[in-house]
Amino acid sequence: MALRDSTPLNPWRRSRDRQRWTERAIELLLLLAALSSIATLLGILYVLVGESLQFFQQVSLWEFITGTRWTPLFGDPKYGIWPLLSGTLTTTFVALLIAIPFGTAIAIYSSEFAPATVREILKPLLELLAGVPSVVYGYFALLVVTPLLQQVLPWLPGFNMISAGAVMGLAIIPLVSSISEDAMQAVPNTLREGSYAMGATKLQTALKVVFPSAISGIMSAYILGTSRALGETMIVTIAAGLQPTLTFNPFEQAATITAYIVQVSMGDLPHGTLQYQTIFAAGLTLVLLTLVLNIIGHLLTKRYRERY
Amino acid sequence: MLAAKFSDLITPQLGHQLHQRKLLNLGFMVMGLVAIMVALFTLAALIIHMAMSGWPRLSTWEFFTAFASRRPERAGILAAWVGSLLVISVTAIVAVPIGVAAGIYLEEYARKNWLSELIEINVTNLAGVPSIIYGLLALGVFVYEFKFGRSVLTAGCTLALLILPIVIVTTRESLRSIPQMIREAAYAVGATQWQVIWHHVLPYSIGGILTGTIIGLSRAIGETSSLITIGALTFIAFLPESPFQGKPPFVSWEWLNSPFTVMPIQMFNWVSRPNPEFQVNAAAAGTVLMTMTLLMNGFAIYLRYRLRQGIKW
Repeated sequence: MALRDSTPLNPWRRSRDRQRWTERAIELLLLLAALSSIATLLGILYVLVGESLQFFQQVSLWEFITGTRWTPLFGDPKYGIWPLLSGTLTTTFVALLIAIPFGTAIAIYSSEFAPATVREILKPLLELLAGVPSVVYGYFALLVVTPLLQQVLPWLPGFNMISAGAVMGLAIIPLVSSISEDAMQAVPNTLREGSYAMGATKLQTALKVVFPSAISGIMSAYILGTSRALGETMIVTIAAGLQPTLTFNPFEQAATITAYIVQVSMGDLPHGTLQYQTIFAAGLTLVLLTLVLNIIGHLLTKRYRERY
Repeated sequence: MLAAKFSDLITPQLGHQLHQRKLLNLGFMVMGLVAIMVALFTLAALIIHMAMSGWPRLSTWEFFTAFASRRPERAGILAAWVGSLLVISVTAIVAVPIGVAAGIYLEEYARKNWLSELIEINVTNLAGVPSIIYGLLALGVFVYEFKFGRSVLTAGCTLALLILPIVIVTTRESLRSIPQMIREAAYAVGATQWQVIWHHVLPYSIGGILTGTIIGLSRAIGETSSLITIGALTFIAFLPESPFQGKPPFVSWEWLNSPFTVMPIQMFNWVSRPNPEFQVNAAAAGTVLMTMTLLMNGFAIYLRYRLRQGIKW
């Protein structure tokens, strides 16, 4: 043994040394790959904050967060974010009005009522619904849902937030339902059995035992759904209109933050101009909005988390 | 004797209440089913409506072999589907190795410390960042800092960043489902950590990783907004140079620097035109796009189903 280790040319030891180095090198490479996610986040912050800082050197922050007109591309430019915010918030609200009731009902049904076979079929079908490209949903909102609504409400404009929001709601139902269902499935069966033993029906068990126990997970499903709706782009760009309008009336047309970014990007604005920087300021607003939402969600989940 | 006493307990009032509860129970069950049916029926209606509106264009072969045109009846999706194919290839080549490597690091190597925790939180957060923000990132970094231009390369890298969290998360889930005894058996015969992963853990988990990757790529194929942000063109009447050449060195990388368009952007362009004949084209392009994503998703779901059936530890 001693002889083997002290011989520098021993092939066994050399290969072991090489192996050790390879192991180290591989681990380092894998770490670098994992660090790419941090680099992505830093890149996002660098681009958004960097360009926004240049933007806010020329436009006062106060005008940006209190202004009620958004006309950066006009001769008399105004940089108030509220018209874009109102469009974003209104379409999101309409989407949640559809996605939360439907998503929750589907989750409760498939977690608490459906037999295992039905659940096995249902999950992939809902996944397909989630896999539909958003531009296809946009087509659906503009060319199918809006004409249908116009038959009932003849005064509805061709671009409106109600159909864009409703279709967006449809698009995020699978997200809400699958996360809520996972949360309910994680509730231990002993809780359900205790409830049944007291003579409760399935519905009573679902609503009064399982739902409250899973509330933290369900809450985060709602939050994720909301941030998806805030950031959704193509449906609102196609169907909700491109005119920034300060309105919370879903039957009107209005541009969202995302629709504005798309509209400007298609116009091919020169790099470094103030107009070019507006899309980064708008993007930063969107990121801050989802960030605040995620923090609220985090606090809520912490507050309501049940320990089994 | 006992039975008689028990039924005495159920007063008419209680009986009525029980009946009501059962009715409510049934009512809710029906409501859940209806909610599901509404969602799925809408999906079906959408697909059928789109396929039927687009049929006049889909039924002609020229739709797949013609470039975009100002005349709707002559416009086709050649540049778009070739572009989609090229962009998705770049995305897969970039996202899969990095994503799988990151997943392996987080699951097999990372010690419980602040760095691994930071990366973990970060991956979760990135999954929630709106895709258009990735477009802004790519515009600032890939287009203007790295000078990749508004090219296939930029688009592929952008979508790779977008689906990286999906690949990482599914890789981790897949690795986690491999029982510890597999690793221990390999260590017991003297394998190093990487040998254990490369020869034993990865082969077992490749199916799960593949499923996640396909789902990620199907999302990338339908992604529109971030590619508009980096400046994808909507009107292209040429193809990028072919990667395969007739004369040595037989391979060309010129296509990476080529301007591009992709299926969803072509569709968006047609949807947003007021001329109803272009909307027929939009429906046709949408049907092709839907078919692509449905096939990919369906394949992934089938794969997962087969895997779950096949492996019994």
